[in-house]
Amino acid sequence: MSKSEFEPRIVVFACNWCSYAAMDLAGTSRIQYPPNVRIVRVMCSSRVTPEMVLTALAEGADAVLITGCHPGDCHYLVGNYKTLARYTLLKNVLDELGLGDRVRLEWFSAGEGERFAQYVRSFVEEIKERVVNLQASTPEGGR
Amino acid sequence: MNLPAKVKVAFYWNASCGGCEEAIVDLGEDLFKVLEAVDIVFWPVALDFKLEDVERLSDGEIDVAFINGGIRFSEHEKVVKLLRRKSKIVVAYGSCAHLGGIPGLANLWTKASIMDYVYLKAPSVVNESKTLPKEITQTDAGDLELPAFLDALKPLGQVIDVDYYVPGCPPTPNVTLKAIETLLSGKLPPKGAVLGASARALCDTCPLNETKPEKLAIKEFRRPHTFIPDPKKCLLAQGLLCLGPVTRGGCEAKCIKANMPCTGCFGPLDNVLDFGARALSFIASIIDQRDEEGIKKALGPIIDLVGQVYKFSLPSCPLRGLIKRKEV
Repeated sequence: MSKSEFEPRIVVFACNWCSYAAMDLAGTSRIQYPPNVRIVRVMCSSRVTPEMVLTALAEGADAVLITGCHPGDCHYLVGNYKTLARYTLLKNVLDELGLGDRVRLEWFSAGEGERFAQYVRSFVEEIKERVVNLQASTPEGGR
Repeated sequence: MNLPAKVKVAFYWNASCGGCEEAIVDLGEDLFKVLEAVDIVFWPVALDFKLEDVERLSDGEIDVAFINGGIRFSEHEKVVKLLRRKSKIVVAYGSCAHLGGIPGLANLWTKASIMDYVYLKAPSVVNESKTLPKEITQTDAGDLELPAFLDALKPLGQVIDVDYYVPGCPPTPNVTLKAIETLLSGKLPPKGAVLGASARALCDTCPLNETKPEKLAIKEFRRPHTFIPDPKKCLLAQGLLCLGPVTRGGCEAKCIKANMPCTGCFGPLDNVLDFGARALSFIASIIDQRDEEGIKKALGPIIDLVGQVYKFSLPSCPLRGLIKRKEV
C-alpha cells in the first residue's frame, strides 16, 4: 500500500473541560484538520484506562491520542497527574511490545484549537509514514 | 450433567515446568479420596498409558481432562485436540493453560531468535558443531522425527474449546480439591468459569489487609531482596509491588505469608479484559509523583515492567497479534 492510499484511523480521547473545548474551538473557528481522528469525549483524561487504549489498538485503530488539560489546570485538580502516571507506565510496556509510537499523550487548553489542528496534521502524517513502512516489512505477530 | 459413579479422568501436560503435576500429588492424603471417585485413564507423568490407549477410547468417553501447560509444540496441539474429542469436559489447569504463564513471555521474541539464543548464543552453551534440533533427521535406520516448535506459545483456550479454568502457578491443593469437588458434584457452573478460586481479589482476604492504609502513596518502589519486610504490615505499604488488589483470590495468600508480594498467578477477576492493563492502572494509581521524571524514579527499581504485569498472561493480551517481536 502506498502512502497516499493509506488513511490511518486514530482514536482521540478528549477531556470534557479543556481538550474537547479545544477541538470544539477548532471546529467553530473552521480550522481544517485531517478527518482521520475519531474523537471520544470523556469527563476527564484519567477516565481513560489502559484497557481502553489496548481495546482501541486491538480492534484496528492505528494510533491512540489521549488528551487532557495542562498540568495544574485539571477541572478535578489532580486527574491529569493520574493520567500522566498511567500513560508513562503504559508507554513503558508498549515500548517493550514494539507499539510505543502508536500511543501519545498531549495537553490542550480550551483556547488551543489551532494547536490541536496542527498537532493532528503532523501526527497523521507520522502514522502514515510509519505504518506504511511497517507494512512493507513482514510483521510477525503472536496470533 | 450427570456423571457416572466412577468418573474417567485424564491428565496431560504441555509446555510446563511439571509444577502442576506436582500440585496433584501435593493433595497428599486427599489424593486417595479423589482416587476412590475417579478412574484415571491417561496420565503420562505418573502412569504407564500410551497415546494409543486414548485413541482407542470412544469420543466423549473421558469425563474430565485436566490439561496443564501452554501450547508450544505441534505435538501439544495434536494431543490436546485428541483429548478434546475424547472428553466431555476439558479443564485448563494452572496458569500456563489458563493464560499462557511464564513460558508465554517468550512471545516477546521471534521464534528464530529463541532457537538461536538457546542453542548457540547463551553463555552456558557449548555447541561447536552448531547442531540445532530439526523436525526430520535422516539416519541409516530411517527418518527420526521431532515435534515442530510453533511460532508462539498459546494458552489452551486459543487452541481448543475449554470448559473450565483452574488458576494458579501451581493451583494450590485447596483450589484443586475444590475444583474437583465442583466437577464431581454434578452442579456445574456456566462454561468458561474459573473453578476452585474466589470471585474476589486476593487483597480482600489477605491477612495483612487490616494494615493496608486507606490511601497508598508510593514515592519509590522497593524490591524484596533489598530489605526484610515486616511480616505484620501490608507489603504495599512497605513499598513492595504486590498485585493482590487486581489478582483473583483463593490462594490463601501463601506468598504473602512468606513475605513475598503477589505476582498475579491467579489471573484477573471476572469481567477484566486484560490482567496486565488492569495491573498497570493499579500501579499508576498508587504512585505519588507528579512529573514524568518522578514517575520513572518511582518505577526505578522495577526493571522489567512487562515481566511484572504480564508475568503469567502475555499470550492472553488483546495486543498479542500486534506485538513486534524482538531479536535477541
